[in-house]
Amino acid sequence: MERRQFLLGSAVLVPTWGFGLARADDDQPTPEWDQLREQLFSGRPIATDGPALPILEAPARAADAATVPLALRSPFDQSASRYVKTLFLVIDRNPTPLAAIFHFTPESGRAEVETRVRVEQYTFVRAIAELNDGSLHLASSFVKAAGGCSAPAGKDPAAAAANLGQLRLRAEAALEEGPRRARLMIRHPNTSGLAMDQLTRFYAKPHFVRELNILYRGQPVLKAELTFAISENPDFSFRFLPGSGGELEARVVDTENLSFTSRVQVGGTGGG
Amino acid sequence: MPLSGSTYVGLLSANLPSRWLSVRRSWRGLAAFAKAAFALAGLAVFGAVHAQTTAPLPVAEVAPGVFVHQGRHEENSVDNAGDIANIGFVVGERCVAVVDSGGTPAIGRALLAAIRQRTALPVCYVVNTHMHPDHVLGNAAFVDPAGSVRFVGSIRLPAALSARTAVYQSAISLSTGEPCACTGGEGSEAAALEARPVPPDLLVDGEMSLDLGGRALHLRSWPTAHTDNDLTVFDEATATLWLGDLLFEERIPVVDGSLRGWLAVLGELRTLPARHVVPGHGALDLRWPDALVPMERYLNGLVVEVRTALRARKSLAETVDAADPAQLTGWKLAEEYHRRNVTAAYVELEWED
Ligand SMILES: [Zn+2]
Repeated sequence: MERRQFLLGSAVLVPTWGFGLARADDDQPTPEWDQLREQLFSGRPIATDGPALPILEAPARAADAATVPLALRSPFDQSASRYVKTLFLVIDRNPTPLAAIFHFTPESGRAEVETRVRVEQYTFVRAIAELNDGSLHLASSFVKAAGGCSAPAGKDPAAAAANLGQLRLRAEAALEEGPRRARLMIRHPNTSGLAMDQLTRFYAKPHFVRELNILYRGQPVLKAELTFAISENPDFSFRFLPGSGGELEARVVDTENLSFTSRVQVGGTGGG
Repeated sequence: MPLSGSTYVGLLSANLPSRWLSVRRSWRGLAAFAKAAFALAGLAVFGAVHAQTTAPLPVAEVAPGVFVHQGRHEENSVDNAGDIANIGFVVGERCVAVVDSGGTPAIGRALLAAIRQRTALPVCYVVNTHMHPDHVLGNAAFVDPAGSVRFVGSIRLPAALSARTAVYQSAISLSTGEPCACTGGEGSEAAALEARPVPPDLLVDGEMSLDLGGRALHLRSWPTAHTDNDLTVFDEATATLWLGDLLFEERIPVVDGSLRGWLAVLGELRTLPARHVVPGHGALDLRWPDALVPMERYLNGLVVEVRTALRARKSLAETVDAADPAQLTGWKLAEEYHRRNVTAAYVELEWED
């Protein structure tokens, strides 16, 4: 009852389609978040204000429940003395509220991930940053579900399965100093196994990308622990420090322990 | 500097589906269907009883023996009870084939009442043109405990339905007035049980003909287009082609399969010799194949819009945000579906080149 009233309130607060930043009035407790917060952080204080809050970009309404673009960004560059160690992605009302965990190092340049997730219901999405000093910082955003009860299922699972394991790893051109953007695209059905076959009465086996490691010149840049909350054909944009150039490598492992690797040579800043 | 590693791996791996089933209500509902599914065969009797008391759905005879009810250009709602798609039936000398059953069992029952107004012949086939709830959730009204009604669909329909069961139960609870999980409600167990999609037991992989007694229906499954399980029905006697949602008229098309696949399928459909066509949504007196033109124009426009964004290195979020449904004045529900189509187009076309 309380929640429904609240939902009606949000409908007024979030009338546009824009991809907005999380607002202070988005920070509302839910039973799912209370439970997960206790499991993950057991009573540690979590800041919802201040300069270290992560930036969470999410649409006010999901256009397609199967593919909701999200961005999690640290507001500051990484340094040896102050850096984001981990970004947690939580989607309160998904079957898997803890959707993904991203680990960074000072060499990541900036802690930042853009990806796409499945969102079945009206829900809060949350980004929690854990800094190297152990402090926790939370940004939340409310996402309304897609219209027409659009389903978070894959559109062409046969095509996704046929192309399974294809990777595309690209670094953006060196336009500026500092952390450079790169993107990894993965062909994978990333299925939940939650759908029962109506004829056989069996549940399919879950099959999704569970771990991602990005290395630059052999050093870790990003490590992600993932669930099937990530959309079919998982997609990740991130940052790294190119320095004088070198090899960027992506290693992907799924729940069947299939592993896929892709490497790309990157030029240094100014070196093209 | 090493990464902090897998401190939380325990929590992530604890999130295995078996555990989740006990966590989320919607998935618990899914498990309940497994147990209750066939116990519900009684629905047929239920349906038959209702057929006498339910007001028949208005239908038009678009060709001799071919009856179609035109759905409204709206989203599912309590008011329309899921009556948003074109559904109907073909009457042979031996029996009747239903083509799509509507968005709720109530609409299915109203369709059955319309059949009973016109013939006493039994229903022998319920054909579903694809997985979408407005076309399949009326199936429950036609379930027959003796198993004499065959449910017919593309070979890829069962898997597509399975993957969407939980969400469709929400769709139906919305259109029957129960709170909908899609809008944050929980839905009642009873509404959800009745919303169980009835899967096909006769699968079409390529082509198949059904005999209604002196009348043949030719079915054909298509490569991924509107969805991955599109099926067309051709009534030989009147050259009437039921296109399901391969053809939208007036209501904006929804890309839930493959944009390029759909354009390719349209190219083939255009060559089929039809005297009458029944779109999944829209008018029943369309000229063939001219009826394809507005939709082809929209889909080609999507391709151009999204390829332009991809070449400009726009992200998915930027591309969706820049989309402007207000420009699509010729299409109803553009505000509700155009951004979804842009999303689908983007994730398909980004793998080109
Ligand atoms: Zn459809």
